[in-house]
Amino acid sequence: MKQHVISVQVENKFGVLARVAGLFSARGYNIDSLAVSNTCHDEVSVMTIVVSGDDRVIEQVKKQLNKLIDVIKISDHTDISSIQREFILIRVSAQPKTRSEIIKLGEVFNANISEISPKSITLGIKGDPDKIDEVVELLRPYGIKELMRTGRISMLKDM
Amino acid sequence: MFGYPGGVVIPIFHQIFNAPFKFILSRHEQGAVHAADGYARASGKPGVVIATSGPGATNLVTGIATAHLDSVPLVVITGQVSRDMIGNDAFQEVDVTGITRPITKHNYLVQDIKDLSRIIKEAFHIASTGRPGPVVIDIPVDISNGTHKFSYPETVNLKGYKPNYEGHPNQIKRAAKMIAQAKRPVIYAGGGVVISDASKELRELVKKTGIPITTTLLGLGIFPETDPLSLEMLGMHGTYYANHAVNESDLLIAIGARFDDRVTGKITSFIPEAKVIHIDIDPASVSKNVAVDIPIVGDCKTVLKELNKIIEPPKIGPWVQKVMEMKKSNPLTYEDTKSRIKPQFVVEELYRLTNGEAIITTEVGQNQMWAAQFYKYTEPRSFISSGGLGTMGYGFPAAIGAQLARPDKRVIDIAGDGSIQMNIQELVVASQHRLPIIIAILNNGFLGMVRQWQQLFFDKRYSHTCMNFSPDFVKLAEAHHAVGIRVTKKDEVAPAIEKALSITDKPIIIDFQVAKEENVYPMVPAGKSVKETIMRELA
Repeated sequence: MKQHVISVQVENKFGVLARVAGLFSARGYNIDSLAVSNTCHDEVSVMTIVVSGDDRVIEQVKKQLNKLIDVIKISDHTDISSIQREFILIRVSAQPKTRSEIIKLGEVFNANISEISPKSITLGIKGDPDKIDEVVELLRPYGIKELMRTGRISMLKDM
Repeated sequence: MFGYPGGVVIPIFHQIFNAPFKFILSRHEQGAVHAADGYARASGKPGVVIATSGPGATNLVTGIATAHLDSVPLVVITGQVSRDMIGNDAFQEVDVTGITRPITKHNYLVQDIKDLSRIIKEAFHIASTGRPGPVVIDIPVDISNGTHKFSYPETVNLKGYKPNYEGHPNQIKRAAKMIAQAKRPVIYAGGGVVISDASKELRELVKKTGIPITTTLLGLGIFPETDPLSLEMLGMHGTYYANHAVNESDLLIAIGARFDDRVTGKITSFIPEAKVIHIDIDPASVSKNVAVDIPIVGDCKTVLKELNKIIEPPKIGPWVQKVMEMKKSNPLTYEDTKSRIKPQFVVEELYRLTNGEAIITTEVGQNQMWAAQFYKYTEPRSFISSGGLGTMGYGFPAAIGAQLARPDKRVIDIAGDGSIQMNIQELVVASQHRLPIIIAILNNGFLGMVRQWQQLFFDKRYSHTCMNFSPDFVKLAEAHHAVGIRVTKKDEVAPAIEKALSITDKPIIIDFQVAKEENVYPMVPAGKSVKETIMRELA
């Protein structure tokens, strides 16, 4: 099953998120990530939805999304050129002797050192989702204690 | 307006008391919503229904889903607890917008009295345009108790809702070309033609091209079934000739239909050789179940008008001849008897004695299929039935709505002994308003369609489908100030119908005691292909 990135412009109203999410859940699809935010227009919000599913079913879901009265516009960013960004907070075990190694690794990825405790380091890293996956793999050997991601946001390229 | 009062809608009913429209008090909210639905289907205008919060609203749910699946315009008003109580598990509180979200075209929870008139305007607009459907407006009681200066907006401005009525001109041209070159075309038309009032344009298309036409259950009447080119209904219980013509076609022209599984059967063996043109206002219906070669998203009437302007008739003489031979050699039929009443015979007699001019509503099951097969429909909005959801208990309250919408027509609910018991409480509503609806119960003492499946596919284990303990329908009618007639012999069928037709001021139940284990044929078993059609009872 292919991963799809769908960007949905919606009316900035209560209940819209439930309508959108409902179309996926009714088909038994788990949303991999979802980010909702304001846009430059007060009355419009944007949702970036990452979901894995059969192409035909996703196509149908997109059509159903279009039918929702509160949905203004949908674009599928899966196969077209877009800027995709995500932010991760990751806490790894850090002993005095591994601490500087982890910090150095973080620097390579422009990580922000958010907290250093006697037993751990918490890094904040932004970037495209592939880069973030890479960081996670590199940090895994140190022992990941906690991890959370914002879910990606995606904007079509202007050229 | 149809409905039922309750605590949080008292302020609204306070105003309905003096309203300039007729209000019909049902005896159960489900009766009200089906009646509003029947009114909408018979008239083409949106039906309006109101109920209170909590159980009032949940009792509407089946009716809302019924309307949603068959694209029926409804505006449903529900009361809600006051805004400061929402979410507190207040008395008679349920999350109505949450419950109805997947079964409405749109729904609203009114949060500010200033929005109320705009929301009502939008609700009617959304319900009745594009692909129609039910819209729920949930109104908290503190809002309906409030006051605000009334101003009804003249226009609707919804950024995310702009249904497309015009088909793309190039697509229409391509379709015309494909039709002109077809060798074995069939038209498959559905409820969308009824909704867009495109029956005239459809008839013109058939006249100009000479292409045989089949309709779905919800499309019955859009093309006269008495016309030689009509193949009548297709699908699970469709005619042999409709299903085989579709199956052998090289071009299927789908108009206002959505390739429901009851139409296609096994999807992988459906129309193996056909290209598909699909005209539908709902882009989500196009290429949903079946790949489409020429999609035309637009209103059936608008698109057909354009298509009719440029269409050239295809050369299909041999094909039409072949289809006509199929029609002749495999007619819809049943084994009639001298004395026992066959349910199909009852439907044929209803057809004969009403000159095919009645509005037929149905329940769901065998009664529905026989009503579809053996009454011949020639006008749109003359057959009213729950197609998509298959709601037992729909037909009778829908008949009340239909009769109120069309006082000039005779309305007959063709029912089963099972289905009719599901909303029989509405009988007294029909009596109260002197509606001469005929309820023709095809009483076989079974939940017949399920029994049929049990017989054919579940080793005749008739698990809980035997309804041998039913009310005395004649006494039941009398208890509800209606007329009851029991018919046990074949020669009593016509006189009973004639007697019922002579009564014009109250409802009539005719309890036709029909053959018990009669089955609906032809039958394409669920998930099977046309080749596996069961034509008749196997010895």
